[in-house]
Amino acid sequence: MLKFIIKRLLWIIPVLFGVAIIVFTILYFSPGDPALQALGDNASPEAIEAFNKDMGLDGTYFDRLVRLVTGLCKGDLGKSYKTRTPVINELVTKFKVTLRISAYAIILGIILGIFFGIISALYQNSIWDTLSTGVALFGISMPMFWQGLMLILLFSVILNWLPPSGYGTWQQMIMPVVALGVNSSATIMRTTRSSMLEVMRQDYIRTAKAKGQKFSTIVIRHALHNAMIPIITVIGLQLSALLAGSIVTEVIFSISGVGRYLVDSMTARDYAAVQGCVILIAFVSAILNLIVDIIYTFIDPRMKTMYESAGVKLNPKKLAKAAEVSNG
Amino acid sequence: MSEKILDIKDLSIRYVTEEETVLAVNGISFSLDKGESIGLVGETGAGKTTTALGIMGLVPDPPGEITSGTIEFEGENLLEYPEKKMREIRGGKISMIFQDPMTSLNPVMPVGDQIREVVLLHNNVSKAEARSRAEEMLEQVGIPKERYDDYPHQFSGGMKQRVIIAIALACSPELLIADEPTTALDVTIQAQVLQLMKALRTQYQTSMILITHDLGVVAKICDKVAVVYAGQIIESGTLKDIYTNKQHPYTIGLFNSLPDIEHETSELKVIKGLVPDPSNLPKGCKFNPRCPYCTPECCENEVEMTALSDTHSVRCIHVGEFDREA
Repeated sequence: MLKFIIKRLLWIIPVLFGVAIIVFTILYFSPGDPALQALGDNASPEAIEAFNKDMGLDGTYFDRLVRLVTGLCKGDLGKSYKTRTPVINELVTKFKVTLRISAYAIILGIILGIFFGIISALYQNSIWDTLSTGVALFGISMPMFWQGLMLILLFSVILNWLPPSGYGTWQQMIMPVVALGVNSSATIMRTTRSSMLEVMRQDYIRTAKAKGQKFSTIVIRHALHNAMIPIITVIGLQLSALLAGSIVTEVIFSISGVGRYLVDSMTARDYAAVQGCVILIAFVSAILNLIVDIIYTFIDPRMKTMYESAGVKLNPKKLAKAAEVSNG
Repeated sequence: MSEKILDIKDLSIRYVTEEETVLAVNGISFSLDKGESIGLVGETGAGKTTTALGIMGLVPDPPGEITSGTIEFEGENLLEYPEKKMREIRGGKISMIFQDPMTSLNPVMPVGDQIREVVLLHNNVSKAEARSRAEEMLEQVGIPKERYDDYPHQFSGGMKQRVIIAIALACSPELLIADEPTTALDVTIQAQVLQLMKALRTQYQTSMILITHDLGVVAKICDKVAVVYAGQIIESGTLKDIYTNKQHPYTIGLFNSLPDIEHETSELKVIKGLVPDPSNLPKGCKFNPRCPYCTPECCENEVEMTALSDTHSVRCIHVGEFDREA
């Protein structure tokens, strides 16, 4: 197991370099001059040259690429063209904000999603099922930015209950967390529902009933545990989706997180910052995926056996499917 | 005669869906004495499993419903029991071995814990005591107790079935229902499992209902046999009654369909036709469309059970009128 984790951690390194090279290349070829953007159109050629030298914008494509890669090895993401401070410092503070909102959002999503998913599966075709699936369909269909705007319109403009923007107080947290969380909860709910429906029909549930076990214990100990396997997959995907979603929500609610930083840097042609954001997001996604894969092994003992035997290189999602198939 | 442990009278169970009503069990009656075992024999879809689920109170509702009859267990009608009381019976006094060992164990729970669960439910013991009881059960079914913490996917099919048997017998039930316990297993493993069940049954004095379509299995471990067809018992009696003095054309067909090693034949004998669609049963005798001795009377009125002796009864109006060896 430890071997598997270490191997996966080591794999993150080439992934990050790959991402860095791709992002750098795209930004290198994108139009616009960062120096002109930073110094203004009337900047003297000397000033521009000095700026380029200072920011590491001089030299050929390969010179700059080598500089980027060596910098990455030292944990240096370059300096922001706009503020002329190291990107990494700014990213750390902003990432804390994004992480906090995303964490609350995924917790909200998991709680709502799993709870209503179970309710709807157990009372299939009842009014609660129709209601929850209906709301979930709504949650999936509505774009996040629209949901955010509608929340602001209702709770800030019309009802005047919550502040429309900013970050700090708990009142300011509510709407962005809800906008992000409801979206994930809808997907999680639908997966929970179908997974629970499937599991409740399995023979081992009948075995548990034949033991004289209480229905509630059967649902939680036997059914939910088995149903969690596909749900964990979806939660893992939702975590990555949340990071992407934070770009939209942070802009709408004027929250100074990574998402907004990315958008602002893009408009300012602050390519070093853009690079930093993308690499950070890639890094976090990779780590989250690894965590999800580790959680798998706790939920599904079959997965653990496979990791511990030779199957280290196998794709865990494929293994999950294989396990499902062998499970009947 | 010893005391009756189970007495089923006129049990009928049907499944109602929007498209059709499936009459799975149509007035089954049989009884079982303490320590006795009965084999319910019949083709797939005859209603054997539904009968078993009826006794366990596990008929899925909806779409299933018990429309008539009583199931008396130790003198009390189980059908009148509230769910909570029924839960105490299930796994404790009556337990069931299911057909498919591959899917009947929870894949994410150690097998030992699956045995311990039923011990904890029906006995007032601590977790540690329940664990040692579960380990003891594992040893009894021939699995070393060191494998307590292993998961079902680390076991072979035969071993999984042993675990299921251990679960079923962990609380020393009065009545064991075994629903095709060996169908999914290899022949060599079948013999082992049957031997194990027989030994444990003698040890615990458990009564048993064995559901199967394998006449050989019945001969090995049952005292009585009931042949089930289209949700009815069409012939019942002791092992001897059925194996040496079978009377119903269906029972005869069933035995004739067994390949005989002494007579070389190019073709297996089969009972012509198919099991009737339980949503559209024939009028009169349920076997009439396939019966070689069918007369117009057979297609008119319901046929009642006729007692041939104290133990042997048959549901046929032409008993003894035809050549049984044909």
